[in-house]
This record gives sequence, structure tokens and C-alpha cells, in this order.
Amino acid sequence: MSDILLELDHLACERDDRLLFANLTAVLSAGDLVQILGPNGAGKTSLLRIIAGLTPATAGDIRYLGQSLTRSRWQFAQDNIYLGHLAGVKRSLTALENLQWFAAQQSVQTDPITALKLVGLKGYEDTTCDQLSAGQFRRVALARLHLTKAKIWILDEPFTAIDKSGVEMLELLIKQHQSQGGLTLLTSHQDLPIPGIKHLQLTDFCPESGVIA
Amino acid sequence: MQQSLLQGFISHLQRDFRVVARHKLDLLNPLVFFTLAVSLIPLGLGPDKKALALLAPGIVWIMALLASLLSLEALFRSDYEDGSLEQILISPQPLYFVVLAKLLVHWCATGLPLTLMSPLLGMLMSLPEEGYLPLMSSLLLGTLSMTLIGGIGAALTLSARRSGLLLSLIVVPLYIPLLIFGASAVQTAIDFSQYQMQLAVLGAMAALGSLAAPFAIMGALKISQE
Repeated sequence: MSDILLELDHLACERDDRLLFANLTAVLSAGDLVQILGPNGAGKTSLLRIIAGLTPATAGDIRYLGQSLTRSRWQFAQDNIYLGHLAGVKRSLTALENLQWFAAQQSVQTDPITALKLVGLKGYEDTTCDQLSAGQFRRVALARLHLTKAKIWILDEPFTAIDKSGVEMLELLIKQHQSQGGLTLLTSHQDLPIPGIKHLQLTDFCPESGVIA
Repeated sequence: MQQSLLQGFISHLQRDFRVVARHKLDLLNPLVFFTLAVSLIPLGLGPDKKALALLAPGIVWIMALLASLLSLEALFRSDYEDGSLEQILISPQPLYFVVLAKLLVHWCATGLPLTLMSPLLGMLMSLPEEGYLPLMSSLLLGTLSMTLIGGIGAALTLSARRSGLLLSLIVVPLYIPLLIFGASAVQTAIDFSQYQMQLAVLGAMAALGSLAAPFAIMGALKISQE
């Protein structure tokens, strides 16, 4: 459990002239499950977006397997799944078509039909996503977790709109991922009953005034 | 690796064509505008064939330009709003080919139909016989450049809420050379039955655009996420 996957090195994030966090340093290893905590607006989503590579950090560096992300971007893109507030699912396409599109981007271990079955959407393969309920829609996005063998999962509020059995299923999935040596980073306002969960409190890295001098 | 690059490109093409096919009304929008606007001209100006023929090349080209402008805003909008763009940006697939696929689909859904429609509208404007082939060939190349240039505008204005006006302000000045050479291709073909020079310039613009525009669009798409 000591393989270091990701190193966050003095990360800082600035939004609209406010410094959300600074000097954020953390070492994340294989098998870690890290819940990022902080009040609304603390920068949880911003941090996940920075790690996923969508927005650049104001300062600091991220290293993947010891190499700076600026140099190992492609490798990292192969090995991570980012699930944001927006599901990235096209409403006018069917659930299956959406997953097939995802499957064509990364190396796949499960075929899309099986992945849909695993998230409880059997029989909905050919339904266009605008006819699915909010929870089912979210499940289409979650089916991506079954699709690839990505080592790093970056999940922003993955439990939104999902029913009880779905939450249990996702928790189980995360545990499985953990035991297979995967790294999961997530934000959630719920307490997760998963043993070995680590917490990253963003307010610990909050600069005192919150405003740049 | 080669194979999965092609696979990724094809999957993007497939996906975008499917989306277009499910939104047939969006597809009709520029075409209907094009047809309506051009068919109003003879009604407003009177049916004098000579006067119409004089205006025909310019009018058809201007309307095609405006019709293409109408379709631009939707180019990246839905991908931006449903989060697909985020996934595209961080996927291991090279962004260049994704952008190329998107532009290609957009052109097939707007530029190509506009081009195919243009002879009919030429007839409405009593365009002289020698003008049809130049009109179609100039529009074929011209709409390609419109999609390429328009893509830059669409990507740049993505994060602005009401981007319609801003988009037009950015894109229309860049369309002007297209309009000048396009309309003049048709005009000189009618007057002197020669239009190779203008077509060559339009072709050069399309070639340069297809090389350079995707890079500009890539940069603009990345900025849209910040």
C-alpha cells in the first residue's frame, strides 16, 4: 500500500481574486480513498478540476508516478476518470451510445452493455438519455467506472441524485477499487462508512484572510 | 496506437452525426432562413430579371453567410453545457482530431446543404446560366472556411452567457474576404466567363483555415474551462 501515485506539491488556487487554498501538499498512494472536505465555496470542485487537468493551478505542481503532470499528461489521461457536476452524457443519445463513445477514448476492460447492466440499467440501453430519470442519468455516467481499469477516480459529488441501493452499490464499487490498489478522490457531504477513508480538510490550507495581499 | 487514434476520430464523427440526426430541426434552421431570405428579395424588388440578375451573386452569397452565422452558436454549446467538453479535454485522444471531427460534421450539416440549395435560389434570383457552377463551387469552398473561422468564434464565446452578438462581431469581419472573393467569382464568371483566380483564393483560405483553425479552436476551448 505504499506505492505513491499522486503527489500534490504546494498547490494554490485563486478564483475571482480570492485565494481559496494555498500550499496544499499531499501524497496519495495506491489504495487510498480520500474525501475532500470543506464548506461550500472552499474550492473542493476547483481542486478536483485542477487534479483532473481541466484548469491550471495558480501555483504548485502535481506529480503522477514521480513525474510532473505537464510531462506525463497523456499517461495520466489514460489512467484517470473524472466525473464532475456535469455528467458528460449527451441527452439526445441512448445510454449505450454514450458509453460506446467513452469506450472508444480509453482502453476498455468491460464492454458497454455489461457496464450498463452493472449499474442497474439493463433494459435501458436503447433509451435516449433525456427520457431517463435524474438518478438513472447519473448512473449512465457512473457506468464509466466499470468500463475502464483507470487507477485514479476523481469523483465530484458522485452520490447526487442516486437512490439508496445505488449509494450502496457505489460504496461497494469504491471499496473494490480500493482493494485493487486504485486511488479514489471524492467530494461528498455525506459521511462514508468505508474503513480506511482519509480526509483532506481544505480549510487547513486556507490562507488567513482569504484575500490576496 | 494508430488504430485507436482512428477509432477515436471515427467514434467522434459517429457521435456527432447521430446528435445531428436526432435534432433535425436545428439542421433545417439555417436552410429555411437561407431560402426565405433569398425568396423575399424578388418580392421586394419586383420581378425585373435584369435587376435581379445583377444582384444575384451578392445576395445569394450574403444570405449563405448569414445562414451559416446562425448555425455557429450551437457548434460547441451543447458539449459545453452537458460536460462532454470537459471529458473531451481530459481524454487521452488528441484534441486536434476531435475538433476536426466536430468541424467536419458541422460543415456536412450546414455548409453542404447550403451549397446544394444554392442553384435553386439562383434560379429564384434569375441568375444567368454561366453563374451556377461558379456559385456552387465558390460556396462549397466558402462554407468550409465559414465553418473553420466560425468555429474559432464559437469556441471563444463559449463561456459568455449570451454570446450571439459577440460571436457575430468576431466572425463577420473575418467573413468579409470570403464574401468579396465568393461573390466576385460568380460575377466575373457571368461577365468574362473566368473565375479560376477567385476560386484559387477561396481554396487557399480553406486550406490554410483547416490547418490553422483547429489549433486556435483548441486553445479557445481550453480557456473556456477556466
